[in-house]
Amino acid sequence: MLKRTIKAALILENGKTFFGKAFGYIKETVGEVVFTTNMTGYQETLTDPSYAGQIVVMTFPLIGNYGVNLEDMESRKPFLKGFIVREKCEVPNNWRCEMDIDGFLKQNKIMGLEGIDTRALTRVLRDNGTMRGIITTRANDLTASQIKQKFDTYTNKHAVEEVTIKEKYVINGIGTHFAVLDCGIKQGILRELSKRGCKLTVFPAFTSAEEILACKPDALFLANGPGNPEDIPTVVENVKKIIETGLPILGICLGNQVVSLALGCKTKRFKFGHHGGNHPVKDTQTGRVYITSQNHEFVVCDLPDDVEASFININDGSIEGIRHKTKPIYTVQFHPEASPGPLDVGFLFDRFIKITEGVGKNAKG
Amino acid sequence: MPKVNSIKKVLVIGSGPIVIGQAAEFDYSGTQACESIKEEGIEVVLVNSNPATIMTDIGMAHYTYIEPLTIDFVEKVIAKERPDSIIAGMGGQTGLNLSCELYDSGILDKYHVNVIGTSIASIKEGEDRDKFKSLMERTNQPIVESDIVTGVEEGVEYAYSIGFPVIVRPAYTLGGTGGGICKDEGELRQVLTQGLHLSRVGQCLIEKSIAGWKEIEFEVMRDGAGNCITVCSMENVDPVGVHTGDSIVVAPALTLSDREYQMLRSAAINIINSIEIKGGCNVQFALDPNSYNYAVIEINPRVSRSSALASKATGYPIAKVAAKIALGYNLDEIPNAVTGKTTACFEPTIDYCVLKFPRWPFDKFFGAKRQLGTKMMATGEIMSIGSSFESALLKGIRSLEIGQYGLERESSKKKTLEELKKSVVSPDDERIFDLAEMLRRDYKVEKLCQITGMDLFFIEKIKNLVEMEEDFKTLTLEELDKRTLMHYKKLGFSDKALAKMIKCEPPEIYALRKKWDIMPVFKMVDTCAGEFEAVTPYYYSCYEEEDEVVVSDRHKVMVIGSGPIRIGQGIEFDYCSVHCVKALKKAGIETIIVNNNPETVSTDFDTSDKLYFEPLTEEDVLNIVEREKPDGVILQFGGQTAIKLAKFFDEMNIPIFGTKAKDIDAAEDREKFDAILESLNIRRPKGKGVWNVDEGINVAENLGYPVLVRPSYVLGGQGMEITHNKAELVQYLEEAFYKDSKNPVLIDRYLGGREIEVDAICDGEDVYIPGIMEHLERAGVHSGDSISIYPPQHISDEIKQAIMDETQRISVALDVIGMINIQFIEYKGELNIIEVNPRSSRTVPYITKVTGVPVIDIATRVMLGEKLKSMGYGTAIAPESKVVAVKVPVFSTEKLLKVEVSLGPEMRSTGEVLGVGYNLHNALYKGFIAAGMTIPEPGSTILATITSKEQKNFAPIAKRFAAMGCRFIATSGTAESLKANGIKVQSVKKISEGVPNVLDVIRSGVIDLIIDIPRKANNANSDGFKIRRTAVESSITIITAMDTVKAMCEVMEKQIDRDKLDIFDINRDMKR
Repeated sequence: MLKRTIKAALILENGKTFFGKAFGYIKETVGEVVFTTNMTGYQETLTDPSYAGQIVVMTFPLIGNYGVNLEDMESRKPFLKGFIVREKCEVPNNWRCEMDIDGFLKQNKIMGLEGIDTRALTRVLRDNGTMRGIITTRANDLTASQIKQKFDTYTNKHAVEEVTIKEKYVINGIGTHFAVLDCGIKQGILRELSKRGCKLTVFPAFTSAEEILACKPDALFLANGPGNPEDIPTVVENVKKIIETGLPILGICLGNQVVSLALGCKTKRFKFGHHGGNHPVKDTQTGRVYITSQNHEFVVCDLPDDVEASFININDGSIEGIRHKTKPIYTVQFHPEASPGPLDVGFLFDRFIKITEGVGKNAKG
Repeated sequence: MPKVNSIKKVLVIGSGPIVIGQAAEFDYSGTQACESIKEEGIEVVLVNSNPATIMTDIGMAHYTYIEPLTIDFVEKVIAKERPDSIIAGMGGQTGLNLSCELYDSGILDKYHVNVIGTSIASIKEGEDRDKFKSLMERTNQPIVESDIVTGVEEGVEYAYSIGFPVIVRPAYTLGGTGGGICKDEGELRQVLTQGLHLSRVGQCLIEKSIAGWKEIEFEVMRDGAGNCITVCSMENVDPVGVHTGDSIVVAPALTLSDREYQMLRSAAINIINSIEIKGGCNVQFALDPNSYNYAVIEINPRVSRSSALASKATGYPIAKVAAKIALGYNLDEIPNAVTGKTTACFEPTIDYCVLKFPRWPFDKFFGAKRQLGTKMMATGEIMSIGSSFESALLKGIRSLEIGQYGLERESSKKKTLEELKKSVVSPDDERIFDLAEMLRRDYKVEKLCQITGMDLFFIEKIKNLVEMEEDFKTLTLEELDKRTLMHYKKLGFSDKALAKMIKCEPPEIYALRKKWDIMPVFKMVDTCAGEFEAVTPYYYSCYEEEDEVVVSDRHKVMVIGSGPIRIGQGIEFDYCSVHCVKALKKAGIETIIVNNNPETVSTDFDTSDKLYFEPLTEEDVLNIVEREKPDGVILQFGGQTAIKLAKFFDEMNIPIFGTKAKDIDAAEDREKFDAILESLNIRRPKGKGVWNVDEGINVAENLGYPVLVRPSYVLGGQGMEITHNKAELVQYLEEAFYKDSKNPVLIDRYLGGREIEVDAICDGEDVYIPGIMEHLERAGVHSGDSISIYPPQHISDEIKQAIMDETQRISVALDVIGMINIQFIEYKGELNIIEVNPRSSRTVPYITKVTGVPVIDIATRVMLGEKLKSMGYGTAIAPESKVVAVKVPVFSTEKLLKVEVSLGPEMRSTGEVLGVGYNLHNALYKGFIAAGMTIPEPGSTILATITSKEQKNFAPIAKRFAAMGCRFIATSGTAESLKANGIKVQSVKKISEGVPNVLDVIRSGVIDLIIDIPRKANNANSDGFKIRRTAVESSITIITAMDTVKAMCEVMEKQIDRDKLDIFDINRDMKR
């Protein structure tokens, strides 16, 4: 009398296994397992390219309630490796609902796992740190060596290559002209800049500094993207070159990390990252605290003398943004564009633009 | 900014008596605020008229005044204590209004008292209709368009400007009568014409109808630096149209996309920023389910019922943090007590589903109009936590203690589809069950969404449960397999519900669960969805994989709470539970509380060592016992809710601290108890159960009239009544047997004597009585509804000795260990026992405060094995205090349409206040004022309608009122009697005699006091009933018992000068 379901399991690197039901597109998948504590915005999470290579666990138990629509896509498709929920909604409802989550994952060939104790999984990740996992329907058939082999061959080193665009394109505007490096940029960021009248020339991630500068931008904008910033040294080198020119540089998330590396800071991996919409960060200049949307595994540290922290996370004291003491370089680790998450720091986009304008005026003057 | 150092002494105002719409949530927030201020080394001065609260406990504040919450009494407190600051937002609407009055009248300025936290100007922006409107315009926030009109043409024109449908709300009508939704001009003209006529001021509010929009609430916090956070979102399962206090609510909101959620969250933050809230604020939105359109319904710039729910739902202590903000701290300077690591400046994220279900009083008020609308009617609520909506809903339903374990309800099954449809469209308290029944009969889901306005998401979930119920019914116990059972348990079905569906006994399901190891695990409420380790153990059960409970090897005791607040089981029991925990902690014992009421102090995260937020059913409590294996459980402090678990615990061999299950049964079983009394040679009013009218007549003749009659099994709301003659008795019996012929009616001799009540502590040998309480009204008025006086004023030493003696003998005979409550009647110089409760009672907080005897502390220690003698008590009555304290009941009947108002054997009050003075009349004076009653003055007009039998008793009192310059208006019978006694009186028409009649006179506002002594209550068609309803709905003081009238008269005669009255600090001034 119970519905027929396909059993599936998540096998973690440390051997812990969670048994549940498969949904979406059923195929074996390997990825780095991370949890996010956002209670809404699963669609934005699914389509955020920063999750490329990862299996995402939602800590909120009821997912898919309002379905999926074509408006809230943060990129052309989901790049994540798998999606884990306590309960997916069978009959979603919302005036904008166009698909259910099961169908959406099916169409995008993403494996889903539901019906596991997601809180228990979250606690494993919290206590042991982010680790790799396999979602499979053959958990009982896989041998230990097969599992090890699957983990060993997993890599996320080329995530940016996977998610970036092939050709540059332009979004017209009459305001500040940003050269935007797409390492896996969310639509939300483009939307916020565009909304403010900016002209955006969007380049593939590995475009050379010369080519970027050739479009004569007012500033360089580096946005979010997946993986370890140390895995994209080419991009770091390009940014270094652009720093030399004195062009204002702004950035978000992976952009913050890349710019930091280019400025001589270090980056390191968090135990289990910051993923959620409730992270408090303090503006080091004003003392004001803002609730921000975050999604990062790596954190900037060891700032050289000419770089200072602009924002600090008040939960763990980690650096959430940097500012160059003399150059027009200003980047943040969190997501002022939110989607999903609170919109409280949307004003940072105005600040970004203002920084560029200031430089422009000085240059002219 | 850190703490402001100039703050040394803060005045906190409580919310007064428990009434519908203002319940225990303010005891919870007020207590938290007091603690939060105290721990900063700042002195707290507290004023609250409610003696049942924990906040007014001895030692909770530095200076505690249980005094009337009126501007003059609070001024006395300010003048005496000279606080330098006042915090306005902790005492509900009462506290907020009083703070504004103190500010407006210049009292705060006069005594240099600073308002800390949200300023009065900010409060007014949220509270004042016009200021709120302009605030919304200034901040670009949409509101529900509305305007006041005084004419039909004006109304029609306005309606066209905002668009139909519109809602018409006549100003100042009784119970919101005369309004309604109008779809077009024709309907509007009709409703508006009638509404303008009904309105006392000839005004109607016309409002754009947003019926069917989602109702979403946000709890937001802001500090002095402007840092803002939202604590929690909440979504009403019932859409706009049903008061949020009467709605089923889920947290967090479940049907909003991130864009919708963030849109509303940002709006809430913009609003609190623009009015510069410093503390907590509640913002209510209506959201169009078909667009991004929304409207701000209202904001509450204070802690509220919703903030209590949000605190319990997330673990974030809103009141505590709000108090710290008021002291000057910023959010990031306040530690998060739950994680111990992070700060209060973050947003809680939750990884479970929370559901709030209102508890309505309709089981007590059978005749009440149950239709839910814009006025709140629930007396209390429960909260449940589950890993799914379904499990939270089912847990919630069984937490209500309405005999319901699943969605299938007998009364719904009896209704036709048409009746069900009508009931879900204009909802009452049974909507959820009626809705489930419609789904059971294959009613179309989409149509149900359309007619109820409820989101398809919720209806689909309910449908899922209904289908599961129907599937389960097709199974037999033998066919039931492990996987199926696990699936049902996961979705929240109780063993009892499953057993009923599969036609077996709950223990058989339990046995299968044991066999297959289907046991719940307990998860933590930690504010952060597991992201950080939490240090405050606050748990809920679910059927998942990992259990997070760490069971210590300490001695531990489990205290069972009292569940939702309802008539007869109120905040007093939470007071008792909390004190029991405190006593246990002091004894070095680990404490575990189980309760499901989000409004209470007992469910605060740091009250006990461990908190389990669970239904108080046998199964749910057993699960916790099996996990924690406590040394024993304590049931005496959780009212009937806890006491009724005694038998079950006993059967399961779970140790009960205090009085044993069999002794509890002996006290509660009429026959067994009678036998004990007989053997002790203690009197009780004679009585007998009868099965038919003739037998009843015979029994009554033998006992002698008047007799007290009541059904042995309460069905159809027919309660207890006093019948004075054969005719009345026959009428009662005929009705009772017509409604239910399968159960007997109990007939007792009615003794119209003085009612006396004691709470006592017994250790098996000795019995200690902290104080004897005398009731002002004679027997016949429910003890919870009568005015209670301590120390007794009219009881002789012999009777006191007899009370001591009988209390001792009964307690020892019943093997009471712990608390016992006994009610006596002194009749013609002899003591009679009318009731014994082998548990803590509603008078315990009152008697604790007025005597200074730590009643619960002593009782708890006795239960743990200490002897009264070794504690320095022994068998005795505690010495009486020199101060007189009266407890005056407070009613919410004005909010419950068609409910009887007059006092009788059935309890109707929702709360109580205290009046303290050096003599009885001063105490009564304060008690009346605190209860919101008008004491007549020379020149006052009194309306009197007295049943013929009582007219001779009334005449002398009336003379005294008249002598003091009161004017009488009366209906014909009473008028004649007064005239015959030489009292000047103006006659007024009875309702049947045309207009203007007595009701019109009441509504006209010329009456100061109504004295209505009815012959018989509960007849909704009688003039008396209508007079009483009109009185309460017009907010005019009404007295329905002769003893109260007499007391009121005496108080008036004393010509008490309010300015000269003393105020009493409970911490110091009650000492003997």
